[in-house]
Amino acid sequence: MRYSFLTLAREALSGHRGWRPLWRDAAPRGRYEVVIVGAGGHGLATAYYLARNHGITDVAVLEKGWLGGGNTARNTTIVRSNYLWDESAALYEHSLKLWEGLAEELDFNLMFSQRGVLNLAHNLHDVREGRRRVEANRRNGIDAEWLGPAEVKKLCPPIDVSPTARYPVLGATLQRRGGVARHDAVAWGYARAADARGVDIVENCEVTGFRIEAGRVRGVETTRGYIAANRVGLVAAGHSSVLAALAGFRLPIQSHPLQALVSEPLKPVLPCVVMSNAVHVYVSQSDKGELVIGAGIDAYNSYAQRGAFHVIESQMGALLELFPTFSRLKMMRSWGGIVDVCPDASPIIGKTPIENLFINCGWGTGGFKATPGSGWVFAHLLATGEPHPLAAPFALERFSTGVLVDEHGAAAVAH
Amino acid sequence: MLLIPCPFCGPRDEVEFRYGGEAGIVRPKDPDALSDAEWADYLYMRHNPKGRLEERWFHVHGCRRWFTIARSTATHEIERE
Ligand SMILES: Cc1cc2nc3c(=O)[nH]c(=O)nc-3n(C[C@H](O)[C@H](O)[C@H](O)COP(=O)(O)OP(=O)(O)OC[C@H]3O[C@@H](n4cnc5c(N)ncnc54)[C@H](O)[C@@H]3O)c2cc1C
Ligand SMILES: [Zn+2]
Repeated sequence: MRYSFLTLAREALSGHRGWRPLWRDAAPRGRYEVVIVGAGGHGLATAYYLARNHGITDVAVLEKGWLGGGNTARNTTIVRSNYLWDESAALYEHSLKLWEGLAEELDFNLMFSQRGVLNLAHNLHDVREGRRRVEANRRNGIDAEWLGPAEVKKLCPPIDVSPTARYPVLGATLQRRGGVARHDAVAWGYARAADARGVDIVENCEVTGFRIEAGRVRGVETTRGYIAANRVGLVAAGHSSVLAALAGFRLPIQSHPLQALVSEPLKPVLPCVVMSNAVHVYVSQSDKGELVIGAGIDAYNSYAQRGAFHVIESQMGALLELFPTFSRLKMMRSWGGIVDVCPDASPIIGKTPIENLFINCGWGTGGFKATPGSGWVFAHLLATGEPHPLAAPFALERFSTGVLVDEHGAAAVAH
Repeated sequence: MLLIPCPFCGPRDEVEFRYGGEAGIVRPKDPDALSDAEWADYLYMRHNPKGRLEERWFHVHGCRRWFTIARSTATHEIERE
């Protein structure tokens, strides 16, 4: 075991000079069995499960910037699986089950904390939708509870549940197994485990084109030279459309800024994750004590990793509507990521019009929770050429067959 | 926040507008004649470029008219004629 109480004690006594880098700074070779584009959580998980589940280690993960510097480093880390439709429930629940054993498996502290996720209801429609989702979740074997306002107040004392509020809390769904995790640690843990199994992780290596012969991908052009590959997997989140355009096809994806911010640190005050679609804010408290706050996308298409102030202003308004007690709190930092938004708020995992070129994208505002499951099913696709049963409903063809997995209408979406 | 040049009202704050996405998407004249893939292409597929994008905006809290501008999705810079 690389990280144990013993190693920690030994390093503490020897001035922490014995720690080694978590992964090699690999220089790209000329050819791989599988090339994965994008070293975010999803790309790294894919590489890890290719090695672990399928014994394929002749793999490179190419990253244009630094590992985990995209949405992996920018999200608000909410993890849950209480989606309405069977297809999503199965995929996100598979992921949540993997989360539950992941820190142990990777021997890496992911600070995974199942503190419970509340989705608040503020009007009759929210209540009906929430109760329906609780029943649907239970039928899919996912833990779900319906709470009345008094129970919400008991679980999360700082929430204002007074009936005179402008948007009164009429109840909430609760998934106790939901929670938060340390985003960076997930990327680093997967990177270290994949590297240990022989995967090359190549940073500062941007894919700038594809070599395609007779409709089949042969390799990728990069800023560090041409790299041949039998199979190529695109896991580039907000930049998926850019890569698809280089390969000559289009996606139903729009790239939008999504912003988040953190407050100054507080003593423990918020015991669970609170999400509200109606007033539109999501908040949890980090182990450092900061409130981590997010909400909706900026309206326009953008790749600029920043958004407008009025979007933050409206999520602060929503925060104070729910928690008047936070009104004197100072905000410390805000930032933006670029999310790949799909029309039905579900991911795209599957084949592309180019043979042996596969894509995993469209996770939009809510893919962090899916990191392990997404890697698991995408590794299956890259190893076997055929979709994993959990991923089959999420193929690109659903946009022409019309069999969408509409999690927008099903509320409780986002994050 | 963007300062958006409405061709009718002049430059106004972004909060006065609603976004309409990629411009120039023309509804097919005879939808029944299209294959499922062609219909999906019209309905869902988008260019989503990193760089110059011609896009629709709706001045919902002003003159309530639709118009097209060209903006860079990499820098947010809006082209002026
Ligand atoms: C503010 C914010 C809050 C969020 N909150 C939540 C939440 O609470 N819960 C949740 O489940 N999800 C949340 N999300 C969504 C989640 O972060 C994403 O769905 C998920 O991280 C995307 O997968 P990824 O980690 O692999 O993406 P990324 O980390 O973005 O990885 C993609 C990588 O591809 C690289 N890349 C792109 N183009 C190229 C190229 N040409 N060549 C080489 N490399 C390339 C990028 O540099 C990047 O590192 C949030 C997102 C944001 C922005
Ligand atoms: Zn106007």
